[in-house]
Amino acid sequence: MALFIVRRLIGLVAVLFAITVLVFLIFFATPGVDPTRSLAGRNPTPETIAAVRHQFGLDRSKPMQYLLMMKRLFVSRDLVSYGNQALLVVPAIASAAPVTFSLVFGAAVIWIVFSILTGLLAVILKGTIWDPLLMIFALIGISMPVFWLGEVMNLITQDRLHGTFLFSWVPPLGYVPLTQNPWQWFLHLVIPWFTLSVLYIGFYARVLRANLLDVENEDYVRTARAKGLPERQVLVKHMLRTSMITFVSLFGLDFGILVGGGALLTEVVFGLPGVGQLTYRSLVSLDLPVIMATVIYGAFFITIASALVDVLYARLDPRIRPA
Amino acid sequence: MAEPLLEVKDLKVSFRTEDGVVRAVDGVSFAVGQGEVLGIVGESGSGKSVSMLSVLRLINDPNMQVEGEVIYKGRDLMKLHKDEMRQVRGAEIAMIFQDPMTSLNPVYKVGDQIIEAILIHQDIGKPGARRRAIELLHQVGIPSAEARVDDFPHQFSGGMRQRAMIAMALANNPDILIADEPTTALDVTIQAQIIELIDKLKDEFNSAIILITHDLGVVAEIANEIVVMYAGRVVERAPTRQLFYDPQHPYTWGLLGSIPRLDRPKLERLHSIEGTPPSLISLPEGCKFRPRCPHAFDKCTEEPELRNRVEEHAHLDRCWLTVPDKRRLREETISGEEAA
Repeated sequence: MALFIVRRLIGLVAVLFAITVLVFLIFFATPGVDPTRSLAGRNPTPETIAAVRHQFGLDRSKPMQYLLMMKRLFVSRDLVSYGNQALLVVPAIASAAPVTFSLVFGAAVIWIVFSILTGLLAVILKGTIWDPLLMIFALIGISMPVFWLGEVMNLITQDRLHGTFLFSWVPPLGYVPLTQNPWQWFLHLVIPWFTLSVLYIGFYARVLRANLLDVENEDYVRTARAKGLPERQVLVKHMLRTSMITFVSLFGLDFGILVGGGALLTEVVFGLPGVGQLTYRSLVSLDLPVIMATVIYGAFFITIASALVDVLYARLDPRIRPA
Repeated sequence: MAEPLLEVKDLKVSFRTEDGVVRAVDGVSFAVGQGEVLGIVGESGSGKSVSMLSVLRLINDPNMQVEGEVIYKGRDLMKLHKDEMRQVRGAEIAMIFQDPMTSLNPVYKVGDQIIEAILIHQDIGKPGARRRAIELLHQVGIPSAEARVDDFPHQFSGGMRQRAMIAMALANNPDILIADEPTTALDVTIQAQIIELIDKLKDEFNSAIILITHDLGVVAEIANEIVVMYAGRVVERAPTRQLFYDPQHPYTWGLLGSIPRLDRPKLERLHSIEGTPPSLISLPEGCKFRPRCPHAFDKCTEEPELRNRVEEHAHLDRCWLTVPDKRRLREETISGEEAA
């Protein structure tokens, strides 16, 4: 186990290094993004530009610039945004992360529960009209773009039906920290949770159904039935358990991607000040320090999530456990 | 035979497919009494496994149709409610399968899978079930069963897995153990051990055994009665000795001729039955073995019924040849290539 963790940490560092170098190079290879322009204010004199370049280290060699940026990001933690010099990048991420966590955790719980239920139900109801119907619903869920669904939800819950008892409880867009008011935190996030999870419920339900149907023809399922096990237990203990392997590996990566900033569209639509929104803004203004920080943050979670998936994998399937 | 424990009467199993109706089992009857061993022999696709799986109602195919009766202790299993059927499975009639590599769930410990089987039908608590599982593993010859009970299936060899499957099947002292080609996937040396084990446990547990195989040699030692199946039908049914010494159906001769024997002169090649089994969708007219039978004649275009034609009344067969003709012709098939 210790060896596994060490190996994973080395992998993490390698991934982070590669990805930061890549982002750095892409940024400077992109034409028209000289940060001096935005840093030096309007109509700068050549002297001001030179001073600014020197102040931000932009007159140094590219490898030096990279190292400097990494140092300010990880060691002195005083990297500032190119666009807004009052914005310290590290604290900005630290304050945006809990918002993203709140959004993604809640959505993940919803999508796990509902996709498993839908997948199981489709298999139980195989041969009836309900199975194809459920799968069509799942496909519709997958096909709806999250930003569109989010806007429609906003339209319904904030405007058209807000006056009715159905959605009068929905608070205005925005975020309330869990530590400040748990109930308001919950209320603010309910609609975003469901909006974000719809795609994943549909997708995971379809994957799970396909896996369950594959597993149904396995000999050990027949053995379980031959023992006299009730059908419900055959389904849950023997079929679901082995079908969860694909499910878990997909989940790990999707979860990592979302926590790492992939919930961007949902955050923007619902006005949640999370990492996704930070990424979105920095991309719009080509703000390298913030892009760099959010990319590192995202890569970190994706790598961690894939390591966790491997651990869980070994728990689910004893055949791949190290001896 | 006294009152049979399990009696299958005119079992018919068919599947609707895109190409037509597959008659996998067509009018099969047999019976097994307490403590007896019934061998069911035939090629792949002759309907052996399908008939056994449908006895336990383990085929979940919406395109399947089953007819006939399966009388077990006075009840027709085909008519039981699915919950009652569940009480029969594992507790009264247990089954082990062909491929021990895939018949155990890879994600649970071997012991836990046996414990599960025990706890479905017996209310003895988890510690009690665990003790029983260890005892069972010990009985089927797993060395250091106390430690191996916590192994996962992939840590067992093929032979050990089949032993574990047998332990699981015997966990609730079933009246009948159905073994569906239990040795096909195993090494030859292991095969003999498994068959011996089944034979030994039959006495210890006083269970009846239905042993399905495509190898007559496997059942020769332990079966009381043998049913030979071909194309979903029983073509011959006789007490074991009778079947080996006075086989009546040309298909049985073919099977016997394909077993290497030490008490006969060594042949260049073993006999093989020409051709392949017929398609179960479009079966030949008359006797189903006719296209492959070297002794077929005019009358064979009409299907013979399964009935007694020799002195021994328990010996049934489906062949139009006269008994003296059969006795003359079969020697050539069984003992020599020259007949073919």
